[in-house]
Amino acid sequence: MSIAMRESFGKKLVELGKTNPKLVVLDADVSSSTKSILFGKAYPERFFNCGVAEANMVDVAAGLATCGYHPVVNAFAIFIALKTGDQVRNVLCYNNLNVVLAGAYAGLSDSFDGARHQSITDVAIMRALPNMQVIVPGDARQAEQALEYALSQNGPVYIRLNRNPMPDLPENPDFGNGKVVVLEKGTDVTIAANGITATMALEARKLLAERGIDAEILSVPFVKPFDDDGLAASVAKTGKLVTVEEHNIVGGFASACLEALARKRLSCTFEPIGIRDRFTETGPYDSLLETYGISAKNIVDTVLAMIR
Amino acid sequence: MNERLTNLLNNRRDQRCGAKELAAIAAALRLQVFDVIHARQTGHWGGASSALELTSALYFNRMRINAENPQWEDRDRFILSKGHASMNIYTVLANRGFFPIEDLQGFRTLGSHLQGHPAMHKTPGIDMSTGALGHGVSVALGMALAAKISQKDYWTYVMTGEGCLNEGQTWEALMMAGKYKPERLVLMVDYNRVQLDGTAAEIMPLDPLADKLKAFGWNVADTVYNGHDTNDILASFAWMDQSGPWPKAVVYSTVKGKGVSFMEGKSAWHGAPIDEKSYQEGRVQLEADLEHKEASL
Repeated sequence: MSIAMRESFGKKLVELGKTNPKLVVLDADVSSSTKSILFGKAYPERFFNCGVAEANMVDVAAGLATCGYHPVVNAFAIFIALKTGDQVRNVLCYNNLNVVLAGAYAGLSDSFDGARHQSITDVAIMRALPNMQVIVPGDARQAEQALEYALSQNGPVYIRLNRNPMPDLPENPDFGNGKVVVLEKGTDVTIAANGITATMALEARKLLAERGIDAEILSVPFVKPFDDDGLAASVAKTGKLVTVEEHNIVGGFASACLEALARKRLSCTFEPIGIRDRFTETGPYDSLLETYGISAKNIVDTVLAMIR
Repeated sequence: MNERLTNLLNNRRDQRCGAKELAAIAAALRLQVFDVIHARQTGHWGGASSALELTSALYFNRMRINAENPQWEDRDRFILSKGHASMNIYTVLANRGFFPIEDLQGFRTLGSHLQGHPAMHKTPGIDMSTGALGHGVSVALGMALAAKISQKDYWTYVMTGEGCLNEGQTWEALMMAGKYKPERLVLMVDYNRVQLDGTAAEIMPLDPLADKLKAFGWNVADTVYNGHDTNDILASFAWMDQSGPWPKAVVYSTVKGKGVSFMEGKSAWHGAPIDEKSYQEGRVQLEADLEHKEASL
């Protein structure tokens, strides 16, 4: 088990703050949860705790960005996506400002806090905004890489972060290029996994192999810009696609994959795995994931149903 | 326009115009605003007019800016949070030399850099895109905090009307500014007391406004200055320069639709197209005001 994304992200902020004097960090009274507090302790003059006022925080970051700073804004993903929609669209995106939005506790990972804290629409919202890039890291290392990538960009970047420690994915240089990362090659079906679901897809691959099915596993952290060629190369080979995301199946990763295949004029057998357009509930994280079908078992069942 | 006024407006160097000159400049710019909003049959006359002496005074007396280098990093910043008054700031910037005055005719037309609401990546001199109300104070706070951590001495001015003060975000920003107290951050309230649907008293009463701002940690000028009296505006600038805690706020009493008697204080003229009859009658009044102010130069 690796460390949690928020831990690695917080430590990376401190590390980068050492050499990047333009890096400033903002938080909305959740810095002990997001771990941006680590940066706050190291560089108090470049850290702003804005209180529980996310909309203001995003625009304060915008003001800093116009003056040459590169702010990283931290809050729970659901509140960045839903309380700051106007600020993100009309100020960050419209002006293409250098601001990184770090959406913490995303997906179902704020499991015990229940539906009102579980962010299952943030990817759909963020990817619909012109100029915005959307990254969903799959493990702690990818979260660090996402931060480094985002700080190298001109314009806003949304990084979706998970709350809990998750297994490490195999290291792969393709991440930094915004490409689809081929974790395992296969010929029978493509399983495209967004964020932490890549681990489940790898586990499913083993179970499918026992049944003689050779699945290709893609880790796809970049929802926008999307690597059309990477996905198409795999689907052209297998003819079958299962997408997996810790998000509503409407408007998020599955939609991004289908749009990419449509652009490539590629048809295939398709099944999305994710939250099926409903509200979720309180519970242990693992149980919630299982309840909503975001699990290795459901990936296996879905592939078997597809292949039969 | 007489020669003296033309010279003032064509002077591209750093300017420190006095009260009489500012009054004449504002009168000239008000006529230009009126003409363009009429010609294009779109735009917000009421709120553009109510702030014309204020923006003229900022750009022709006070702000440290360079029209040749709009992105100069040490410049003073101005954010028109009430972005619907876009024709106000466009006219000020054009006359201050940021872009050709002829561009004003393109206001709100396809292909023009003069968008319906100010856009920082299109129009030289616009420091922040605004329009959706309530963003300005937050952005200004970010700019003022940037000045603090980079140890720069530029000023950041943000202007709101009642609409921005209806928005909850503005109060989030006021609260946070009260916490960090950055120097040289100034809120200027264009308090014309009229909104889109009716008077502020009818739509959303804000009084006692100064007391509310004080309660949020701002140093508010005790005087409510007349935002159309350029002597008063210069007095408010002198107050800003006095020592005293930051951030600072000034409430200016203004008149929506100022300069055209039958439009003044009327919410109907917030954003209505100006019909031909109203235009002809209004123009006579605005020309008379300009002649009067030119004569006193």
